[in-house]
Order: sequence, then structure tokens, then C-alpha cells
Amino acid sequence: MVREIENTAGIPVVQIATIVPIMMTVGANRIVPGVAIPHPVGDPEAGYEGDQKKRRELLNRAFKAMTTQVDEQTIFSE
Amino acid sequence: MTFRVVHYINQFYAGMGGEDTAHVAPSSREGVVGPGLQLQNLLEGEGEVVGTIICGDSYYGENMEKAQAECIEMIKAFEPDILIAGPGFNAGRYGVACGDICAAAGEQLGIPTVTALFAENPGVEMYQKKTFIVETTDSARGMRKALPNMVTLSLKLLKNEKLGPAKEEGYLSRGIRKGFFHEQTGAERAMDMLLKKIRGEEFETELEMPVFKKIKPAAPVKDLSKATIAICTSGGIVPFGNPDHIRVSSAEKYGKYNISELTDLTPENYESIHGGYDRVYANDNPDVVLPLDVMREMEKEGVFGKLHEFVYCTTGTGTAVANAESFGQSIGKDLKEAGVDAVILTAT
Amino acid sequence: MRLELHNATVKDVQWSEKTCLKDNVLYVNREEAIKVVAEDENFSDVQLDLARPGESVRIIPVKDAVEPRIKLEGGTSFFPGFCAPMEPVGEGATFVLKGACVLTCGPIVAFQEGFIDMSGPASPYNPFSGTNNVVIVAKPVEDLEKHAYEKSLREAGLKLSIYLADQCKETKADDVEVFDKGTILEENNQYPDLPKITYFCMSITQGLLHDTFLYGADMKHIVPTLVHPNEILDGAMVSGNCVSACDKNTTFHHVNDPIVLELYKRHGKEINFLGVIPTLESTVLAGKERSTWMNANLARQLGADGVVISEEGYGNPDTDLCMNAKKCEDWGIKTVVISDEAAGVDGSSQGLADATPEMTGFVSAGNVNEMIEVPAMEKIIGFPESIAFLSGGASDSLREDGSMYVELQSIIGSTNELGFSKLGCEWV
Repeated sequence: MVREIENTAGIPVVQIATIVPIMMTVGANRIVPGVAIPHPVGDPEAGYEGDQKKRRELLNRAFKAMTTQVDEQTIFSE
Repeated sequence: MTFRVVHYINQFYAGMGGEDTAHVAPSSREGVVGPGLQLQNLLEGEGEVVGTIICGDSYYGENMEKAQAECIEMIKAFEPDILIAGPGFNAGRYGVACGDICAAAGEQLGIPTVTALFAENPGVEMYQKKTFIVETTDSARGMRKALPNMVTLSLKLLKNEKLGPAKEEGYLSRGIRKGFFHEQTGAERAMDMLLKKIRGEEFETELEMPVFKKIKPAAPVKDLSKATIAICTSGGIVPFGNPDHIRVSSAEKYGKYNISELTDLTPENYESIHGGYDRVYANDNPDVVLPLDVMREMEKEGVFGKLHEFVYCTTGTGTAVANAESFGQSIGKDLKEAGVDAVILTAT
Repeated sequence: MRLELHNATVKDVQWSEKTCLKDNVLYVNREEAIKVVAEDENFSDVQLDLARPGESVRIIPVKDAVEPRIKLEGGTSFFPGFCAPMEPVGEGATFVLKGACVLTCGPIVAFQEGFIDMSGPASPYNPFSGTNNVVIVAKPVEDLEKHAYEKSLREAGLKLSIYLADQCKETKADDVEVFDKGTILEENNQYPDLPKITYFCMSITQGLLHDTFLYGADMKHIVPTLVHPNEILDGAMVSGNCVSACDKNTTFHHVNDPIVLELYKRHGKEINFLGVIPTLESTVLAGKERSTWMNANLARQLGADGVVISEEGYGNPDTDLCMNAKKCEDWGIKTVVISDEAAGVDGSSQGLADATPEMTGFVSAGNVNEMIEVPAMEKIIGFPESIAFLSGGASDSLREDGSMYVELQSIIGSTNELGFSKLGCEWV
């Protein structure tokens, strides 16, 4: 799905998901590794503050990914 | 009842000549021509070749739409129950013409179609999903086997008989997986396969590994502070009560929801209906899958321009790749028209 | 280690005043049996029902299937860590009510329970249409937390199966199977030239209704380890999951693991069966890497020439499957995997979420999305409307007349990836 959105709309699509190998295989170009399958953009185990902090950190990484030129599939792990 | 068969061949098999006559326009003859005679014999009275359409390979190749239309008209006139084309063996233009006319006849006339080509004929990759292509050797020396195989398969299709796996029925697969019960259990088959592998013997895998498509990355966003960003998910986050009845698995559609009034996803307004992961966390706080709360905060802070008013959601478990592709295309179109600059997609 | 399975054949099941096995009929005292389950205060209501092969009966939604077994020698009760005390299993003698099965059924916990039809087009798709089933239908007390309900229902199935086996264990067995295999060292010395094979039993370890237990330990908190095959046959593994119904390894499947049985059959003749490596399917990438590296290392240290790898579930575990295959193949250990495919309802989709070129030996357990038309059944045990929520079903799956058009996904065990059935897929 990620690949087709990017292909059709011509805009960067950043995928945040835990299973990076699958993202690579299905062709996502900008990948941000998620926290865990049931909560990719959060960390509920870390309490309210910890969860919010983690979410912000991942979204910042997503913003970095979408503003970076890439020529091939790239994983943004920081 | 005798089935009405129409046969499509090229100028060479019609005895008109070789390359010198490859530009000949389509023509129609009653009854059999060339290899059609043997086809007729093999039908053993169950079917009759009522007509033959002949077209030059270069004429078809250089005027595909026109040639197709002309041939379809001629085929139609015979009121066929089935169209048989070729065999084309490894002849490239002939193979493409056979594949094309079969695909068209199948689609436009609603009849079964059968042709026969060598596996590497370019016509195979183009048309194998739209017709039945019996596998042949690479030259016309294979005619003696090709015709009977075509006839056997044709009669099965005409009589609506259940077909076995493609390789048993002698045709090149149409790219579809179908369940069959084997003689042995999966465990037994696995053991046999492993032993062959270890001994260096030839074995046949039951599924070849696919190669996934990749696309060129889109250009980056130039000015984040002015950008409109959309968030989407395949984690099955939907408004409470799942108003669009999106399936928990094998999703057939996606939902488009207006979040312009929302600053946070809570168990009251949203929930997870994805069947493939432990939903406890998502139902407690849907933001851990679809990050609306922090996106709103950052929008207010001016980190980026605007959060798009719609979110797009579906469930990603068991979702057929074909569906996922069409969702992506549809969502992409929407976002493009709405002037969205970038997308964050979360997946579970 | 030497294990005898004393199989007493069950050809029918009936209610009676005394629970016993007589002339191959399993008689069950309904009140007594209900009491065994109803002891758990988490249930507001407990009903028991019977379902026999060939009957026009549908059971829905099913969570687990358990084959009634109990230790005769070399252990107490059955299922160490649950009904039995913490003790090793796999030796001595075990009594088996062969042809009987306990099924647990109750209002939907999550989306991935399944159904069983005792006759009709769905019946060839799992072994439970051929067993004499005692079905527990247990409702939770109001507001019972989901994890607690799952645990109670899981344990109810185990308890009832032990009660049945216990009441019948004096009956003489119809046949005795012997599973005898020494230590790895002993077997290597005896069969130095036979190819050494091990087995990765991948198990879903991903949370609520997605857990598996080894000697009572929740496997998501362990690391892969090596067990003697007898331990698998003797109840060391218990299922706490539904995954999607089609590719769940029920507790019944574990004690009847067809890969273990097949490897045992060929042990000492064509192969040297080293043992079983129960392993995880983690929800985080680091966990997947950890399990698969440890699996490969275990295989390597054991000197394995080949590995059979079974998956449980589809989707993200396809990545673990690929990693297991690749890491072993890269170290010269040959692999064959058994997995199902999610090829779409029309069969034309890519069946795996992930792929790797090294996975050259693939045995297919079928297409989970394949559609099947099932007629109405005269009797329904459980809650028919739940098909709307099951994976493989939809809100329009159940028709007014009781017939359903659903995916194979919703039938328990239909595409079981231990290779239990003869189902597979071919290209058409």
C-alpha cells in the first residue's frame, strides 16, 4: 500500500512499522522502525510521559525522513 | 450437441507464404485450414471447426487494436463456443497475436479460449493470465503433442469439468493458487523434500519465492513548516463502532475519516479492529498506532504546516497484495488532489 | 528416553451415570464433568455438549482442542505446569483416549477463534470432524478481564480432558505405540552416517490469545531451547492461542505433532532425529533476530545437516520464517519450511508477507483466503453470529438460513502448518 500511495501521489510516504524486513520487501522507501507490533508509535509500558516522548521521537524521525533526499530504500533509525 | 470451434492461425500455417505475406489483412474461411484439419480429427465429433480466421503476423503486430477488432468481428460471425489459436510455439509475433486475440475473445465474447506456446514466447508473460496457454516445445516439431493437448483441455473447458493443477493439465499457469489435497500430508512431503535437498537430488518446491516491485523514491518535502501531512494506518484504527464495517482481516476496503475536530484518539472515539495483534494497547490509547495526539501538538508548535483533515485506515492482516495496491492507488489519488505534501503510514 | 502411548480407541461418546470407557464408547457423567469446569469462579455459566463425526453440527467459536491423556507411569496427571506438577515428561507410559477430543467454546474473546463442522464440505479440513468431541461452552462473569477469561477457558479444556482420561485409564489399550530414542550422543554413535535432522517448531508468542506454553512457561518470555521429541508427544506444549483459526497449533496438534511423528518414523533408518527446538515468533525486530540466531546456532552446534521448520500464523511471522531459513542455509544447513499462503480470495495474490531467495524448499499448507460454501447445520453449539467477527468471516457471511460463505481461515486447523493434513496449493 505504501508503495502505491507514493507512486500515485508522487509525495514521500514514511512508513513506521516494526517488521523492517517486510517494509524492505514490499518496497517502502523511507522506513522508521517502530516500537512493537501492537504499538508501533507508542510505548505504553513506559507510562504517559514515556509514551508521549517516544511518539514525538518517532514522528521527528519521520519528519527527518520525509525531508531527506533518498535514492534507494533507507531506514531512519535515528 | 457438437461444440462450435473457431480456429485462428497466421499466414504461414494457412499456406499463404512466409515473411513475404506477413502483412496480409485478416480473412475468414468456412471450415478448416491447415492444422485445423488435424484439430478437427482430434475433436472426434465432439466439436466442429466451423470457421478459420487467418491474419498476417506483422499486420497484427503493427495494428493491434485494428487487427483485434477486425478478427473479433469475424470470429463473432461464426457464433463459436470456443476459440482455439495457434499453436504458436516460439514465434514471437504469432504468439503475441494468439494471446491477444484469445484474451479479447474471452473478454468480449465470454467464451473459453485456448492457445499453445513455448514457455519463453513473449506472448506468454503478456497473456497467460487471460487465456489458457498449453505448453509446447520451441518448434513446430512439437505439433504432434500440442494439438491433442489443446483439444483435451478445450473439451474440459467446454464441458465445465473441474481442472487439476496447471502442470497436470498441461498449460502454463494463470498465476492463481488453488487448494488441492495431496496423497501425502504436509509433514510427509516436507521430510521427502528435505532428504532430497540433503542428498543433492532434484526436488520441486511447492512455492517459488517472489520478487517484489520497487519504485523510485519521491522527492523530499522542501519546507516542512509549510507542509500538509496526512497520517494513515493499516493497523485497523477506526471510529468507535467501525461504521464502515471494515473486516478484521482480508480487508476489502479502507475507511476515510474526518479528524479535523479531534486532538486525541481515545477509547471513546476510536478503537482497533485489527485481528492480527494484541489490541489491548491500541484500544486503551489508539494514538499508539495512529499518532493523532502528538501530531496535533506539533502542528500547533509549527513543526509542520497542517495536519490533513482526513485519516485513511484499513486492516493489514491477510490483506491480499492486490487489494493493498488498489487501496494505495486510490488513497494516493485522493491525497494528490487534496494537495497533501507527505504521508506518515503506520503498520502493525 | 522411552515412552509408551497406550491408545484406547473411542468410537462414540454418550452421556451416562458414570464416566468410563466401555466397548470403545466414552460415557460421560454430565453433572460431574460440568463440576470439574464450573469450579472456576470466572465462569457465570458452564454447559457441556457432545458432537460426533457425521452429525449435522457446527461448533463456533472454538478456542482450543485437547486430546484426553493421562500419565500411567513416569509422571502425575498431564500437562506439567498446568494440571500436573512441574516435572519432566516423555518417559514411562501415557493413556490416550484416541478418537476423543475436548473443545473449548465461549463468547468471542478476540477475532481469531474458528468453527468446526462435523459433516459437510468443511469437514475434510480438520481432524475434529472425525473425533468424538466433548464441548465446553462457558460464559465469563460480567466484566471479566479478557486475559483472565482466556486463561480460565484454556485451563478448563485441560482439566476436563484430564478428568475424562483419568476416569477411563483402567481400560486396557487397543494398541501401544513405543517411542524410544536415546541421548544425542548415543544416537550419533549408533547411526554415525545418517543425516542429522532437527525441527524448529515456531510458535506464536504475541500476546492475548496469541500465546504458547512450554512446561507452563509463557514462551514469549523464554529463548529457544532443545527438547527430546517425547516431551512434545507427552504434553510439554500447550496452546494459548487462536492466531487465525486455520493455522493454529491446537494442544491436540502438539501432542500429535505430525513432524515429530514423521521424523521418529524415519529415525535410525533414513535420518538421525536430533530433537525439537520449540521457538518464538516475537513482535519486535530484536526478538525475531534473537530467536532466529539462537535457532540457527542450536542447529549448528548440534551438527544438524537439515532442519524442518514449521510456522504458526501468517503475516509478521513470515519474517521469522525467512530469517530461520536464510540463517541456516547460509551456514550450510538445509531447510524445508511448512507454511500456508495468504493468496487472496481469488488466489492471485502474493501469498507471503516476506520472502527470501534462500527459502528454496517450501511445502504449502493451503491458501487461507480460499472461499468455501458451507450449508446450514441442524444443530449449532455455541454462538453462530460470531462468524461476523472471525477472521475469514464478515458481517454478511452468515445467511438467514444458516448457511455461510467464508474463508478457510475461519475453520480451525484447516491450513495447519505442522503439515497435519494433505492440503496444499498448486498453480492453476
